[in-house]
Amino acid sequence: MSTQLKSEADRAFVSLQHIHKTFLPDSVSEVVLFTDFSLTVEKGRFVSIIGSNGSGKTTILNLICGSIPADSGSIGINGRVVDKMKEYERSRFIGRVFQDPSKGTCPQLTILENMALADNKGGGFGLERGVSKKRLDTYRTQLELLRLGLEDKLGLQVGSLSGGQRQALALLICTMTPLDLLILDEHTAALDPRSSENVMELTERIVREKKLTTLMVTHNLKFAAQYGDRLIMMHRGSVVVDAAGAAKSALHIRDLTDKFNEISIEDGN
Amino acid sequence: MDIILGLVRDVLEEGFIYGIMAVGVYITYQVLGFPDLSVDGTFPLGACVTAALISVGVNPWLACLIAFLCGAAAGCVTGFLHVKLRITDLLSGILVMTAMWSVNLVITGGKAVLPFYDQPTVFSSGPASLLSGGLQDFRVVILGAAVCLAVKYLIDLYLRTKSGLLLRAAGDNPQYVVSLGRDPGSMKILGLAIGNGCTALSGCILAQQTESANISSGFGMVVMALASVIIGTSLFRKVKFVRATTSVVFGAILYKTCLVAAMQLGLPTNYLKLLMAVIFTIALVSNNFFAGRRKTSHVNPTQI
Repeated sequence: MSTQLKSEADRAFVSLQHIHKTFLPDSVSEVVLFTDFSLTVEKGRFVSIIGSNGSGKTTILNLICGSIPADSGSIGINGRVVDKMKEYERSRFIGRVFQDPSKGTCPQLTILENMALADNKGGGFGLERGVSKKRLDTYRTQLELLRLGLEDKLGLQVGSLSGGQRQALALLICTMTPLDLLILDEHTAALDPRSSENVMELTERIVREKKLTTLMVTHNLKFAAQYGDRLIMMHRGSVVVDAAGAAKSALHIRDLTDKFNEISIEDGN
Repeated sequence: MDIILGLVRDVLEEGFIYGIMAVGVYITYQVLGFPDLSVDGTFPLGACVTAALISVGVNPWLACLIAFLCGAAAGCVTGFLHVKLRITDLLSGILVMTAMWSVNLVITGGKAVLPFYDQPTVFSSGPASLLSGGLQDFRVVILGAAVCLAVKYLIDLYLRTKSGLLLRAAGDNPQYVVSLGRDPGSMKILGLAIGNGCTALSGCILAQQTESANISSGFGMVVMALASVIIGTSLFRKVKFVRATTSVVFGAILYKTCLVAAMQLGLPTNYLKLLMAVIFTIALVSNNFFAGRRKTSHVNPTQI
């Protein structure tokens, strides 16, 4: 069994091996979330992760990105073991869009300055001119893909954009430079239905175009069923549904809802 | 008439000299959102280093550069305490401010005041000696303005570089800097180094003007610098063509004007620090009042 797991881990693009994670250990509110949790994701997969509150879906993302440390276990991304790397070091090959639209961009900088910074990701941040005039057209072309008319507003402060616009921009910005892994952390949850649809369509387009390996946590069962080629449902720190390819396509949203209600009722939600 | 001209000159002299510090504190407070109290210690550090160097015959311009670097080093310590040792921003500043008292005493050889009369300073040698006749009276204003505007211009240039953009991002949204694969903590340390470097340079120029260093000259600098920054940025917020760095220099001049005006109206010198605190409070409160009506708000000034 263990050798089989190991070889599976070798083929895996993203792998979480034997993860243990307890929140607030040795206190009255101690929560044991993961005990010997393992998960692997193949290259190029678009994985949707759903689950009730406290099921551990966002914790998986936080562990992969390095926002919180695992108690034990090992995480690998594209052949690298990232356990010892700090969050900002892992960010060099991971792109992340947060639920909060204000996290993915700088509100006081202009659209142009935000893009210029993102464009330079992986390069040195030295004393060269911050915004290169030569890149303006490239930025405009990329902004046109958003179909929000932002290409004419390069000098606008990002803080004055709407949540949907900011989230679309955040998505564009974090996929500007080559990535190993795209992490979407409930990135449509704070948006109105219309904007969520837009951002989701844009996500699909970018992920397909750049063939990105993607992990998307969502509360929206419809999006989870509709997008992506693998679906994982989490419950209390373990995977209860894991369907890929044809099995996923066969999953109907009603099956998901039923299953989801079942585990939610168990939790008293 | 001569009295008024003399007063204007005094205000401009001090305004430009303290303006250098205001530009530095603009970086820490407004760009990074870091209320940096170590300024009270790094201002006299600049003065003491300058006095010690000039009295052994070091070129005054070189002394300026060394004072800046010493201030920057002290700023790095504040940053290190805050970023690496996770001490709160206010406490990190207080620790460095306190430690600087002893450092400054060591530099001055235990003297509270270290004079260096009749030694060449930036106001008496080099470019200053080229100023003819009538302009000699205004040499402090002219050189003070030159240094202050040069610092302001360099900071403006820096803020438009890649590193400068990243510094602004670190103050605006540290998570964004993380997502760019960079450590926002390092940018904070860099910003504190620049801010305290400017502050020490300001202390250095003031010491050269008075031809002596006073180790207690830093008392109240935090209040003065923050007041300049807040007065400047809130007054000129709406004026698009005035850069924030320019507005804080105006803020420093305006602040000095208020103090000098109060003194001229007969306020006893003993009340100076009280007045400084009152003006700062008014600046903070009025800034909050206007901030409430703005859509995008900056760092809340009452966080200090």
